[in-house]
Amino acid sequence: MTDAIPAGEAPPAPLQLRPPRHFVSPRAIWYWALRALFGWIVFAALQVGFLVVNSDDGALQWHVAALAATAVVAAIHLVVMPQWRFRVHRWEATPLAVYTQVGWFSQQRRIAPISRIQTVDTERGPLEQLFGLSNVRVTTASAAGPLKVHGLDRQVAQTLVDDLARAIESTRGDAT
Amino acid sequence: MTTLPQGEAQPAAVADDGWRRLSVRMLLVHPVREVVRLFPLLVGVLFAGSSTGRGGLWALVGTGIAISLGVLRWFTTSYQVAAERIQVRRGLLRRELVSVSLDRVRTVDISASPLHRILGLVRVNVGTGLSDRKSENALQLDGISAAAAERLRDDVLRRHAAPAVAGAEEAVAAAGPAPAPAETVLAAASPSWVGYGPFTLSGFLTVLFVLGFAWRIVSEAHLDAERLGETTAGYLRLVGLPLAVELVGLALVLLAVVAIASTVGYVLAFWGFRLVRNGGGSLQVTRGLLSTRSTTLEERRLRGVEISEPLLLRFARGARCIAVATGLRVGRGAERGGTLLLPPAPGDEARRVAVAVLGSADPVTAPLVPHGPRAHRRRYTRMALAWAVVTVGLVVVSVALPPLAWAWELSPVLLALGLALAYDRYRSLGHTLAGRFLVTSWGSLVRRRCMLATEGIIGWNLERSFFQRRAGLVTLVATTAAGRQRYAVQDLPMEEALRVADAALPDLLAPFLVREGDAPA
Repeated sequence: MTDAIPAGEAPPAPLQLRPPRHFVSPRAIWYWALRALFGWIVFAALQVGFLVVNSDDGALQWHVAALAATAVVAAIHLVVMPQWRFRVHRWEATPLAVYTQVGWFSQQRRIAPISRIQTVDTERGPLEQLFGLSNVRVTTASAAGPLKVHGLDRQVAQTLVDDLARAIESTRGDAT
Repeated sequence: MTTLPQGEAQPAAVADDGWRRLSVRMLLVHPVREVVRLFPLLVGVLFAGSSTGRGGLWALVGTGIAISLGVLRWFTTSYQVAAERIQVRRGLLRRELVSVSLDRVRTVDISASPLHRILGLVRVNVGTGLSDRKSENALQLDGISAAAAERLRDDVLRRHAAPAVAGAEEAVAAAGPAPAPAETVLAAASPSWVGYGPFTLSGFLTVLFVLGFAWRIVSEAHLDAERLGETTAGYLRLVGLPLAVELVGLALVLLAVVAIASTVGYVLAFWGFRLVRNGGGSLQVTRGLLSTRSTTLEERRLRGVEISEPLLLRFARGARCIAVATGLRVGRGAERGGTLLLPPAPGDEARRVAVAVLGSADPVTAPLVPHGPRAHRRRYTRMALAWAVVTVGLVVVSVALPPLAWAWELSPVLLALGLALAYDRYRSLGHTLAGRFLVTSWGSLVRRRCMLATEGIIGWNLERSFFQRRAGLVTLVATTAAGRQRYAVQDLPMEEALRVADAALPDLLAPFLVREGDAPA
């Protein structure tokens, strides 16, 4: 049926699954960095608090060293993670399927046929609104993880949702 | 469809005769049960009240309340199957009407406690596969007669199980209870299966529970632990056996008790087990010695079968079978949330049942494709990592806690066990596509072989950690609305994963596949 698969058992060259076609919005890099920064600030604040409380135990240099180490790790994380994540996070929707790739250290590709989609919704957290970003969540009848596209441009997300809604309407069945 | 009752607003539209009540005999069950449940309270009232001299009165009031609650339940609970819906109403102050379309019904579960059985009653639970925990028992009818329960089951399941035959529905309705089409017995328990009881370890929790209970009694009795220790020491001196021998003896006794409890539990739960295929297209499991249980599962919900072999059961060459069906989550405990198809039984029997239920031998007998040396190596590296973490912990314990200075000596033992485990985990790994079934196998402590119909697969997840990417491996997860919701094929070479996924669900992956050397589309 499909031109990509020959009838024979042995394919001529090894098959590869190409990544989804579209990147998310580049503003997502800043969003991810800012979100991670908040986490690191909380962590550093706890460390400083601990330092102040135990300031007279004669181990000041160790506290300062720990704080410096935190700063170094945080800096590396804040530079590497968002870039890496941006390169990984991709999505694609065809009239027959939705295909996403997420993660950075651990990566996941998820593919679901349009005919099995149950709901499509968008959500925006306060930080995401600041960057004009939207998340799209596509759920199926399986509880094993919905497909999520994080950090889409608001306009793109709306178009995606509309496209999916139209595609779903044209399919039938109870999606189980 | 016009008479379809939509909600509480128009129950009057349905004539009263359409609604059926619980059995009158249920009036005997509920008071007795309520009294048993309230027994501690009643005793408390009796004792607390006796100091004021009115204990008897209070106990009487308590019993009276319990009995009237039971009577109230009989008056307020009724049910009916009409217009393709099953409806249950209950409650006095908070009237409640649960109405579910028959399309949504997955299972009918009929169980009976010994008290129910004496009175010829059963409890019916209609499973709708709702994910909401609270609504799990919404369609439960406690205390209808066995005959009424069978009629209800036939009404709920058979009526729409054979929608192809237009006249069948009326025929069933006209003929009344169960025209009983051909039944095939797929499996029936043999007394020799009781031998698998000790290998289930199901009695372990029971024994722990009893021990805990005994411990509470001991501590409630204000026995001095120190004096208890002295007594034990004195006893040991008296018997003249070294402590180690005593400990081994104690362990053996405990093991024997657990084995006996497991066997008793097995007999109680699975005595008279029968798996029957009804002509109407449903599978029915009947079992139980004192409390009986009969679960009916629609075959059109069935998406596959899982054969699982816990380590102990493997030593005895035993296995069990559970159903993979949409809307039925795999549960915990011996009953597996009503999905059980075969209790611990001979492995050959489990495979025979799986073949009979699936209607195809290929998925059960097909040899599995091993996942190759990289997956093998990964089993060892993961094990070594876990072992290293535990070893560090043990060393810390040895240094920090002088009484446990020997703790690190456990480390080599753990390493040996870990190596054996890693080897066995690799041996269990395997997958294949057999006909229209995706077969995946994994696990050592519990080895499972899941056979999932490809039409039940509603998507793929390809998961790769950093280390899996380096090794060129991928965990291919078939997502489904049935059973565990996700069935993973662990640590496959990427190419093989794509081949399997593409062959299982042809048109899905094709647009995203490219061949090496092709210009990227």
